[in-house]
Amino acid sequence: MKQRLQLYFSSQVIDALLPVFATLAALLVGAFMLLALGANPLVAYGALLQGAFGSVNAIADTLVRATPLLFVGVGICIAFRGGVTNIGGEGQFVVGALCATLVGLSFPDGPALLVVPLALLAGALGGALWGGIPGLLKAHFNVNEILSTIMMNQIAVQGMNFLLIGPLIDPVQLQRASRIPQTARLSAAFDLPRLVPTRLHLGTLIAVVMAVLVYVLLWRTTLGYRIRAVGLNRDAARYAGINVPRHIALALALSGALAGLAGAIQVFGVNFRMFTDGSATGFTGSAGFHGIVAALFGQLHPLGTIPAAFFFGGLLVGANRMQRAVQVPAALIVTLNGLVVVFVVSTELWRQQRARRRMAEQAAEQLVQHDAAATVAASAAQEGRV
Amino acid sequence: MRKMMQVFGVLVVLALVLSACGGGGGGGKFRVAIVTPSARNDLAFSQSIYDAIVKVQTAKGGPDKFEFVISESMFVVDDAGAAIRDYASQGYDLVIAHGSQYGGVLQEIAPDFPKVSFAWGTTVDTFAEKGIKNVFAYEARSEQGGYVNGVMAGKLTKSNVVGVVGPIETGDAKLYVDGFIAGVKASNPNARVTVNWIGSFSDVALASEAAQTHIGAGADVMAGTAQMVVGAIGVAKDNNVLWLGTQANQTSLAPNIVVANQIYDWSGVILEMIDLINKGTLGGKAFEITLANKGLYIEYNSAYSLPADVRKLADDTAQGIISGAISVK
Amino acid sequence: MIGELLTLQVLLGILTSGIRLATPYLYAGIGETFGQRSGVLNLGVEGQMLIGAFAAFYTVRQTGNLWLGLLVAILVGALMGLAMAFVSITLRAKQGISGIGFFLFGLGLSDLLFQKMLGTVQTVSGFRPIPLPVLSDIPLLGQVFFNQNLLVYGAYVLVPIASFVLNQTTFGLKIRAVGENPEAADSLGVNVSRIRYITVTLGGAFSGLAGSSLSIALLNVFQQNLTSGLGFIAVALVYFGGWRPWGVLAGALLFSMVNALQLWVQVLGLPIPSEFAVMMPYVLTIVALVVAVQRVRPPTALTKPFVREG
Repeated sequence: MKQRLQLYFSSQVIDALLPVFATLAALLVGAFMLLALGANPLVAYGALLQGAFGSVNAIADTLVRATPLLFVGVGICIAFRGGVTNIGGEGQFVVGALCATLVGLSFPDGPALLVVPLALLAGALGGALWGGIPGLLKAHFNVNEILSTIMMNQIAVQGMNFLLIGPLIDPVQLQRASRIPQTARLSAAFDLPRLVPTRLHLGTLIAVVMAVLVYVLLWRTTLGYRIRAVGLNRDAARYAGINVPRHIALALALSGALAGLAGAIQVFGVNFRMFTDGSATGFTGSAGFHGIVAALFGQLHPLGTIPAAFFFGGLLVGANRMQRAVQVPAALIVTLNGLVVVFVVSTELWRQQRARRRMAEQAAEQLVQHDAAATVAASAAQEGRV
Repeated sequence: MRKMMQVFGVLVVLALVLSACGGGGGGGKFRVAIVTPSARNDLAFSQSIYDAIVKVQTAKGGPDKFEFVISESMFVVDDAGAAIRDYASQGYDLVIAHGSQYGGVLQEIAPDFPKVSFAWGTTVDTFAEKGIKNVFAYEARSEQGGYVNGVMAGKLTKSNVVGVVGPIETGDAKLYVDGFIAGVKASNPNARVTVNWIGSFSDVALASEAAQTHIGAGADVMAGTAQMVVGAIGVAKDNNVLWLGTQANQTSLAPNIVVANQIYDWSGVILEMIDLINKGTLGGKAFEITLANKGLYIEYNSAYSLPADVRKLADDTAQGIISGAISVK
Repeated sequence: MIGELLTLQVLLGILTSGIRLATPYLYAGIGETFGQRSGVLNLGVEGQMLIGAFAAFYTVRQTGNLWLGLLVAILVGALMGLAMAFVSITLRAKQGISGIGFFLFGLGLSDLLFQKMLGTVQTVSGFRPIPLPVLSDIPLLGQVFFNQNLLVYGAYVLVPIASFVLNQTTFGLKIRAVGENPEAADSLGVNVSRIRYITVTLGGAFSGLAGSSLSIALLNVFQQNLTSGLGFIAVALVYFGGWRPWGVLAGALLFSMVNALQLWVQVLGLPIPSEFAVMMPYVLTIVALVVAVQRVRPPTALTKPFVREG
């Protein structure tokens, strides 16, 4: 039995390692591209590893980069489990960051212990609003959420540009002719505490806690059960008496809330202000998209998303370090990220096959055990008779 | 014992080699790292700093005396921040953050590396008032060339409608467009300038359609700024509408209709920074490129026959700005 | 204020711009429609467009042959589509995410090739507007509708053809069957995987074509991230159109016309902040769907890999 458990466990480990193998395969393809660009792949990948995990600072940077991916990714888990696709993470992130910044700017002299939680809450609410609107539109007007979240992203970006060029702009910039579109730096008292003397901040811990909470929400509460029921089969959920439209809207709103919280944490933990470069990417780092990747690498499970986000964050940080070390065009990094995503997601077939085989083995084993038990019972009965 | 000595010897040699390799800073070679938001060949903002650093390298005696590295397309400010931090920790003498959106991260990073000099553009803020002493600022007074371009546009338009395509209404783009409008008004009070802020630095298709809209509204002279205007230049070419460029030389895209470009040349500013750094001043000074210090200049397209009177007016206007007789804003 | 927008000049301008702007959405959106009707969501349209745009541009730059450029764009797009099909159908990858992977791949690779093979922003002379005889002489509207370049005409001709193929042909019936009920289709002898391979590859080819419509017909340049989100809008418009080519046309025209309108709002100097003007097409696309309250259902098997039992 113990041996079997070990076998079972080791095959789980192989499952977990499948994405790593896939990444290695993608990097192998990347090695040829590096060669074509005249760079030494060994040096390049050495720098990648070094940049992602090679020192305390590198690990801290990886964790900081992974934090928004984890928040967004956990939110994506809720949406996907509820049967809706949320590609509006970018917009929700931006709106959350704006709301949180607004709170921070409004109470510059307030006590940090009050203002910061309030700001994070405002960020979550802002994100919930931005995710909830597509949710309500889907629930009540049958507006497809893929369409509305794509559109809402652009609306958020333009709203952000408007606010940062106008009402929220740093008063210092108002005196400048060039008017850089950023807010004032928030009070230093509001900076999220650093965990160790690196850039690592409390937000990373909050993200992990949120992942656990969302796991509890989805699998240990009635609400979570209902969201998953709606996601598995809307018709069956309806027959079971679940208010399907409400739970669809709720799933998207909760998903948005986490993306909004990511934005708020990005402000208070990393940038200490809000700025725009005209698009969302400059501020979000495409967390709205990369979070989807992290969630799916984590098998749409909040706890699985934790290592997935750190893995992907490490890839982003390390690849940039590689760019600097061997001076290849940054475009190569985007290409490599794309390859990694495609390769990792392509392991799905093997994962499914392994899972099916495992289930079959378990079933067979149970059958054997069942038979053995029956034999024992039969012999016992015989003995008893004797 | 002998073996130990051998190992020791190898270690000493290794350490010497390593220290020779890693020895930047005082080793005579000046090392610069640049972080830019878009590609070095964008025919716009990022290209201007790349062209400058290549020029500086030549002036300083080539790669043996002057080394530079670049991280381009750092759209993501977090990544740019990591790059700036990384270059600083590698002991580069000067780290240039070439994007106004990088100010926030630079303000956080610079105090951690008091021995490294940083430069932030385009802005006038060095954070000196916040006690940070190792950040230079640089800005292009692009409204000056914008004004000269505007003066030409005002004279060249026959329809009295001039169209401008811009990204978002801030930073370098705002300076240029403000100057351009003032220039048009100065040379032709009857002309109407309409501006289309397309809300993006990358949407070439929308920039192109914005140009179409200007032409539909009667514009016969156009201008624009930032990297997505290549779409607008194409439309100008197809419709035989004149174009006034900025940030880099855009003549190659449409040799028949580009009148002139305001060119940014940051090399003078970078050379000045290097001088200061060599003398021990790591920051605190705000530089600007202007028509007067030749960091900005108007490059006329020789393939386009600009009427002599307009050319003279443009030259006079530039001189007026240099002498201070004309004040732009 | 509204009055200024209601002049003939502005209305004709909006129509002309809208027709042009809609072109890439039509190619990419109709390609995506085929894929989705057969049950495959491809979020990688943007990446395929970028690769197609670069391939077409580079070919034309090197050879000067527009038709060759077009062909190369279609082939390269189809190749990207085939890769997407292999990953999504044979390897059963989650479609949303594999699409994002191909998007990133296309975004990066097109930029990398651009930097290494061209080095700087250049131009080509692309497809020129061709006034159609007689039709372009129709007062006012003739110039709007019938003085466009070949790829613009092509996009509009594609709509009825695509609609016919989807609704009136056996091939279309198979596509719909595979997207609605792959098990039943399979039991009737339809090769589900084959149909999906064809539609996704076709979708890639159309995305490549959409990219080339930008790089060698409408814009005649190539630059890093030339499409700038167009591909994602195209995917959104498939939902707007309720998975029907005519619906995609309606969505593409609505979005593009409102975009053209907002450009005019700014050019006329109406007192609206530019950011709100830029928002208009995105807001109105959503509002239009809310008002229209459509009851169209997505293809039942959309995003679900088909596993043949036994």
